[in-house]
Amino acid sequence: MAKDFEAPKLATYLRIPKINEGIMDGEGPFKSSEKFQTPLGFPGKKVSNWQEVAINKMGELKSKYRSVQVFLDACVKCGACTDKCHYFLGSADPKNMPVARQDLFRSVYRRYFTFSGKYFPKLVGAKELDDDMLDKWYNYFHQCSQCRRCSVFCPYGIDTAEISMAAREVLDTVGIGQKYCNQILGKAITVGNNLGLPEPALRDTLLDLEEEVEEETGVAVKYPLDKKGSEILLITPSADFFAEPHIDGLIGYGKVFHQDGVSWTMSSYASEGANFGMFIGSYDVLRKAALRIRKAALDLEVSRIIVGECGHAWRVAYSFWNTLSGVGAGASDEFGMKLQKQLDSRYPQPQHIIEYTHDLIQRGKLVFDKSENDHRVVTFHDSCNVARATNMGNIPNGQFIIPREVIKAVCNNYVDMERNTIMESTFCCGGGGGLLTDDLMEIRIKGAMPRMQALKNVEKSDAVDTLVAICAICKSQFSKVLPKFDFDPYMIVSAHQLVSEAIVMDKPKTNDELAKEVTK
Amino acid sequence: MIFFIGMTRKIYQYWITPAPLKIPTAPTPLTQTGVVMRLAREVVLFESLFKSNKWTWLFGWLFHIGLALVLIRHLRYFWPGDLPEVFLLMQPFKYGAFAMVIGLLGLVGRRLFVERIRYISAPSDYMMLILLLIIGISGVVMTFTSNHTDVIVVKEFASGLVTLNWTDLPTEIHFLIHILMVFVLMAIFPISKLLHVPGVFFSPTRNQVDNARKKRHISPWALKQEQDHEVKLNQTLGQDSSEDKHG
Repeated sequence: MAKDFEAPKLATYLRIPKINEGIMDGEGPFKSSEKFQTPLGFPGKKVSNWQEVAINKMGELKSKYRSVQVFLDACVKCGACTDKCHYFLGSADPKNMPVARQDLFRSVYRRYFTFSGKYFPKLVGAKELDDDMLDKWYNYFHQCSQCRRCSVFCPYGIDTAEISMAAREVLDTVGIGQKYCNQILGKAITVGNNLGLPEPALRDTLLDLEEEVEEETGVAVKYPLDKKGSEILLITPSADFFAEPHIDGLIGYGKVFHQDGVSWTMSSYASEGANFGMFIGSYDVLRKAALRIRKAALDLEVSRIIVGECGHAWRVAYSFWNTLSGVGAGASDEFGMKLQKQLDSRYPQPQHIIEYTHDLIQRGKLVFDKSENDHRVVTFHDSCNVARATNMGNIPNGQFIIPREVIKAVCNNYVDMERNTIMESTFCCGGGGGLLTDDLMEIRIKGAMPRMQALKNVEKSDAVDTLVAICAICKSQFSKVLPKFDFDPYMIVSAHQLVSEAIVMDKPKTNDELAKEVTK
Repeated sequence: MIFFIGMTRKIYQYWITPAPLKIPTAPTPLTQTGVVMRLAREVVLFESLFKSNKWTWLFGWLFHIGLALVLIRHLRYFWPGDLPEVFLLMQPFKYGAFAMVIGLLGLVGRRLFVERIRYISAPSDYMMLILLLIIGISGVVMTFTSNHTDVIVVKEFASGLVTLNWTDLPTEIHFLIHILMVFVLMAIFPISKLLHVPGVFFSPTRNQVDNARKKRHISPWALKQEQDHEVKLNQTLGQDSSEDKHG
């Protein structure tokens, strides 16, 4: 970290800070080197005619993305978004107000692409794209987690995520990439997952897991890899393979599959649900990563694809897979139809693991001993990408309802945080959008403040001691930042960890147990 | 003229620019009807702004509804010949002018006194409000004080515009200011933030149906890219033996 800073203090209610110009100025996260740039098709270092390249790229992007073109034109500077970004609330840097962040990009658009900006730049706030501006882009567009909270509150739905993706793509195109994202993407599109875990390591991990679970439960739950002809292919964030609290979620998925008696597998070729291609805004890279999953599905001849607990992975899967790789339904083109013939159209494709578990619960296929979670008082953090960019269960607001129903089915003590900090208004954990790297720790901690503040309130009022999230980034981020706000870092768990703890495995049911279930 | 050509160009640009990915923002409608309802609520009630900030909503909505009422009432000047009776019903719409001016003053106040909004305001943002205030106030002066202008002459001019006949205008100063500012406003419409008017209908986060899993959504350029890369695609699909085997 470049400088010292203090973690924000938690007030009893969320205050809008007085602006503090320049407080988050800086050089931004570590820059990517040639080694990580080239495999993604980006120049290794800043190109000499970068200005020209950047302006051309802006022109291209605004002609390919209606969002970019409309959002750049339509903003009226009404200020509705100015107090909505967690990074602004936590840092007080005015350039972290969504409109000001967009204006870094918009002012350049106006200068080079609009009549008023060309002839009256001062009047409309148009600016040159110089080195200083480019540095500001790099710094402030890496202080946006693309959580889209601003978009919910904008009268025109202007989504800063779209602008920050565009800006990052321009930066990559001129040879200035972010190390964290681009290094990880390199692993994902060559090895198959963000951690760079090769097949043997993955296989070992899963075997260990099987042993562990059998020891603990006495039931031989399998965690299969590359099992051709399985019904279900599970695509989960690779964090689930190795670290707490993620792996407890994976244990939970396995138990649920086991109880359903369905055949399932993971793939070593596509062992990653996350797709950082979205963070850097590159359609091509996004697609390249998504196509690995398509290939795995074809090779393994599965008929269903289920996605594990990961926020932006679910956004990419739910909203983009059908477009990128044809995983979905309703294709009229040859490419899409080919795969969709193989997929079982009786199920939503892809399906979220929460939807799957919820469906089994509805059909009475799972038995729970809720008292196993009685030592907890639970609240749910809606992960931004799940909450604002996807759906579950094909019912309105299903993405809010279904996870809560699953949690309530496995534990007795549940409370929600304040309404304006959950569901579509949820606050980002502070680590999304490619910011989950130690060189961005200051903004991560500051940006976590609004969520932490809401959590503190339910801790006070209802003694909440467990925070559930269905996103690998949220889980990692919370593990790191919770202690900075005097919380227990282990209070963050997967939804499927709660499922895993309460699920009653496989033993034949006695009448007593059945009676007990009914009384619950 | 600038207004019509400029706006047509801009709307055409929005129309032809594809939205390659599904990006509706929650709470999302799952049906086309839902999208129409959502946009209607946005345009008529400013739903999102209401959620966001009650003061901005109040002033913004007052201004827009006032403007809408006054604009409807102005139709009479463009109507050639005698007015149908329905125009009598619009008589009270003139009070919309007050809503408009009050709303505008509120918006100016916010821009000046709220630190965050002052920070994001460019000179053009103030000028736009001042322009509209001049239009609104000069309109009020003509309608509600004894400085009435000769509406018959105005009507001849305005309905003449519709049929492209240029006739003479009244020469009272407040009327000239009023109409000059209106012309300025129309001229800058296609090159300014006033583009939020067509923009709101084209915003992909608001106008898309949330049905990505059920229906394949693909933009022409992405489809072309898919076809151009067919050979490479076969490789990604695992149908080319030259591709690596450890996949």
